Amino acid sequence: MTRFRIVWLAIGWAGLLVLPWYGLDDVVSPPALFAGSPWLLPLALPLLVAVWALFGRTRLRALLAAGAAGLVWLATQGLLIGQHGWAFGWLIALLGPGPRQAAMGWGAVCYALACMMLLAYGLARLGACKGDVFVVGSILLVVGLIALFVFYPVLCILSSAVRDNDGSFAPSLFAEKLFSRSIWGLDCVFGVRSCGVAWNTVAEATLVGLLTTLLGLAFALVALRTRLPMKPLLRALSILPIITPPFVIGLALILLFGRAGVVTVWLGNVFDIPRSRWIYGMPGISIAQVLAFTPIAMMVLFGVLQGVAPSLEEASQTLRASPWYTFRTVTWPLIRPGLANAFLIGFIESMADFANPLVIGGNFTVLSTDIFFAVVGASHDQGRAAVLAIVLLAFTLTAFLAQRFWLGRRSYATVSGKGHTGIPATLPASVRAACYSAIVPWLVLTVAVYGMILVGGFVVSVGRDNTPTLEYFWTAFSIERGVGGWFLSGSAWNSFIVTIEVALIAMPFTALGILTAYLLDRQSFPGRRSFEFLAMMSFAIPGTVIGVAYILAFNVPPVSLTGTGTIIAIAFAFRNMPVGIRAGLANLSQIDRSLDEASLTLGAHSFGTLMRVIVPMLRPAIVTAMTYSFVRAVTAVSAVIFLVTGHYNLATVYIVGRADVGEYGVAIVYSAVLVIFMMMVLILIQVLVGERRIGRRTETPPLEAPGLALVQG
Amino acid sequence: MSGGNASPAVEFRDVTKRYGNVTALHAVNFSIARGTLMTLLGPSGCGKTTILRLIAGLEQASQGQILIEGVDVTLLSAAERDVSMVFQSYALFPHMTVLENVCYGLRASGMRKAQAVELAQAKLALVGLAGYDARLPSELSGGQQQRVAVARAIVLEPKVLLFDEPLSNLDAKLRRHVREEIHELQQNLALTAVYVTHDQQEALAISDRIMVMNMARIAQDGTPRQLYEQPSSQFVADFIGDANIVPVVIEGRQGELASVRLGRLLLTLPHRGAIDGSAELSIRPQALLLAPGAGSSDALAGRVSKAAYLGSHMEYRMAVHGLSKEVFVIAQDVEAPFAAGDEVAVTLALSGVALVPQR
Repeated sequence: MTRFRIVWLAIGWAGLLVLPWYGLDDVVSPPALFAGSPWLLPLALPLLVAVWALFGRTRLRALLAAGAAGLVWLATQGLLIGQHGWAFGWLIALLGPGPRQAAMGWGAVCYALACMMLLAYGLARLGACKGDVFVVGSILLVVGLIALFVFYPVLCILSSAVRDNDGSFAPSLFAEKLFSRSIWGLDCVFGVRSCGVAWNTVAEATLVGLLTTLLGLAFALVALRTRLPMKPLLRALSILPIITPPFVIGLALILLFGRAGVVTVWLGNVFDIPRSRWIYGMPGISIAQVLAFTPIAMMVLFGVLQGVAPSLEEASQTLRASPWYTFRTVTWPLIRPGLANAFLIGFIESMADFANPLVIGGNFTVLSTDIFFAVVGASHDQGRAAVLAIVLLAFTLTAFLAQRFWLGRRSYATVSGKGHTGIPATLPASVRAACYSAIVPWLVLTVAVYGMILVGGFVVSVGRDNTPTLEYFWTAFSIERGVGGWFLSGSAWNSFIVTIEVALIAMPFTALGILTAYLLDRQSFPGRRSFEFLAMMSFAIPGTVIGVAYILAFNVPPVSLTGTGTIIAIAFAFRNMPVGIRAGLANLSQIDRSLDEASLTLGAHSFGTLMRVIVPMLRPAIVTAMTYSFVRAVTAVSAVIFLVTGHYNLATVYIVGRADVGEYGVAIVYSAVLVIFMMMVLILIQVLVGERRIGRRTETPPLEAPGLALVQG
Repeated sequence: MSGGNASPAVEFRDVTKRYGNVTALHAVNFSIARGTLMTLLGPSGCGKTTILRLIAGLEQASQGQILIEGVDVTLLSAAERDVSMVFQSYALFPHMTVLENVCYGLRASGMRKAQAVELAQAKLALVGLAGYDARLPSELSGGQQQRVAVARAIVLEPKVLLFDEPLSNLDAKLRRHVREEIHELQQNLALTAVYVTHDQQEALAISDRIMVMNMARIAQDGTPRQLYEQPSSQFVADFIGDANIVPVVIEGRQGELASVRLGRLLLTLPHRGAIDGSAELSIRPQALLLAPGAGSSDALAGRVSKAAYLGSHMEYRMAVHGLSKEVFVIAQDVEAPFAAGDEVAVTLALSGVALVPQR
């Protein structure tokens, strides 16, 4: 194991002596020790101590301290000394303008990794995690990455919120912004103007949460408590929210019900109903979100209802209860916690949704769009964006905490291995009728929406001029023969290819999620529960908030990434970690622990065990999780809309842009291409991995909070 | 056993294991001589599996030291200890063939493939599974899977071989057979083995030494005969074989022996540290001998309250004059059994009677 230390020491020294310390693209920047920055010189000290520790068996504590000290000093100097001197006003006041430095580069990355691994080695040799260096190293790495790419940005929001636009500390301004009338005003109740954006958001999210829960329940009841063969339909529907970029539904609704929409025009012609803009605003957002998020509630409640043992309902029936009485006194109380769960998921999803309010919201603003306009709009008020982000974060985290702590203990549905025999009770006629009357309109609308997506881009102008045309398709996806041979001349190709590239780059990071799941499921270490809690909580952060956080955090040193493709890939990677973690946890729980232990006692270290025993058995799950990560990355909007540049544009952002300027034809054609492309990817993977295994994955225990991970927006 | 100055195969020095507030093992000390098979026996939750996992390195001691052949391994991970284990579930890797399973440990420690295969095949032949190389674990019977697990463990020639209830997934008939095989293998290869079970018969049959665990502590440590004939506590007496624990009075001591008053009988037994006054006596069910008729000066009077015919023997429950509670009796005579209500004369076979020292 000495080799481990020598390799990492070499990497650490290379980071200090050879690699450029500043700038990720800047290959000519000098290494740390020759950069003329005296505050970097102490970084050599921990590595010297580590070299000294190499020659003694008992020098582990020194090694540990050296690794920790290196990391602490690296972070401290980076945070203290910025682009324009001291990073904090009080330091400037105290010590003058101070030295300057650029953002960290590859040298710093290597140095940080080396310190982390030396620290891990010291900890493991002193008995942490049963002496397993790989495990300790992985834990430090995952915690470090989550801290850097999730919590540090969120902290930057907080810090930015309490400062004015010049960067000085201004708590009164913060209070003013936080309690501003535009956020909390109640004018729609007491006056004629519209309410504050916070109330708009809460009202919208509550409405959507309620509607999706009721619809989801109706679907689940019809599928499980009637004889209709609904399961194939449900499976198909459950794929829709995954492959559909969130705003596409809003787009289709405009084409159906907008002022010039198909339905509007038809109603005007036939019944003389005047055209109006009713769809823009809360009605449009609500319909779009209900269409988009009902399948998620449906999957949650399907699982909940399946968990209600039929024997309980049979017992009730043998005690001479009528179907209605059984439903009211047995079934309903048992599924009530599941309903609350589905509601909270719908609530969080609606809050996090950014693209539908943007496309169809009209003058009705919600927090996520307001944040966007605070950043990109004319006012360009980052402080206001930060305050709004805090409010949004507070709402979603409250819902998340409620889901986790309040509901966590209230679930009665037990999904045990032993099958409960018996036939579930049939629905009382009144409930059945109510279910049908809820489902049918939803299905009709969904069919209309997807029909519009697939067809709308291939006619000249939907509703007005239904002549088929390939014009929009060619505008977006034409391939021409030019001087140098064939080339992709369509306007969409650039963003399409960048999207695929970046999503592919981010995809392997799903492995990070699987690794995290492995650490959470198979290892015990101090702070494991809080680590799990924080990792899970980070999933409840809306994409818009992450987007703002990333531009606040990574625009300036010590870590500067904005404007690169890297930051988009990182955003995808960390937004998709939940997919990996959930898939990993669900599948690891099915693999007997004694297999790991057998491998360990046979002399394979935990890394070998992971690679030779666990990964081969998890392979189908890993492939599936990676595919979902890929698809989610391609369809994501909210976080990345802040991060794209002219060079690195993404498909979804491009479509939103087209829709924004009224080019619906191209936008719809592009959406259709994306949806079909995603569908093909999923089908291809399904064929490759095997239908049965994917099927099993979608049937993983439903109550481990599916919605937590799905927040996408 | 082997080599007078050799350090013991395994040694525990004041080892404590805590899980949060729960103490799974309380300052345990013991050592295991090389080449012996020691069994850890006890009810579930007594700490026996914890000891096994501590030896394997699958758990880390909260306090104390663990030594294997004199080397302190307390802080070493499982992979770094020269120990292998046969799991209750066998833990065969389902995605590998039998041969790959047995090669696994050798390959993990860097052995060339050809050599690993050769060694693995030799061990498979040893457990009677030559020719099963290419099968998957799912294509084997429970007993065969068990043998693969044993082959996989012994092919590494570990310093200590650990068995975690290896027979509990086998049906009753197979158990005796596999038990004998394991014992034979351990003897032939002169392996040090630690064996966890909650089945006292299995423990008695297979062990050189048994350590009975109770409530995170060692209750008694000794040969099977010592444990059966001289239990050191009521718990051990009751756990190893059935025992009737009855209160008695010690009337006097002479050297190693004590005079014990049991009803109208006066017995002379090794006192084993019991002091004068009231004490407890462990009486094996077989040690109560029944004869027709009433009690006399050298027999106690008893009355059968329940009788059951079990083919090879009879089981009785009876009230005995002078004893405060009913006793349980096993009698070999099935030709002329007693019936409920019969009056019998009860005498004691001293080989099955022992004073239980008070704590």
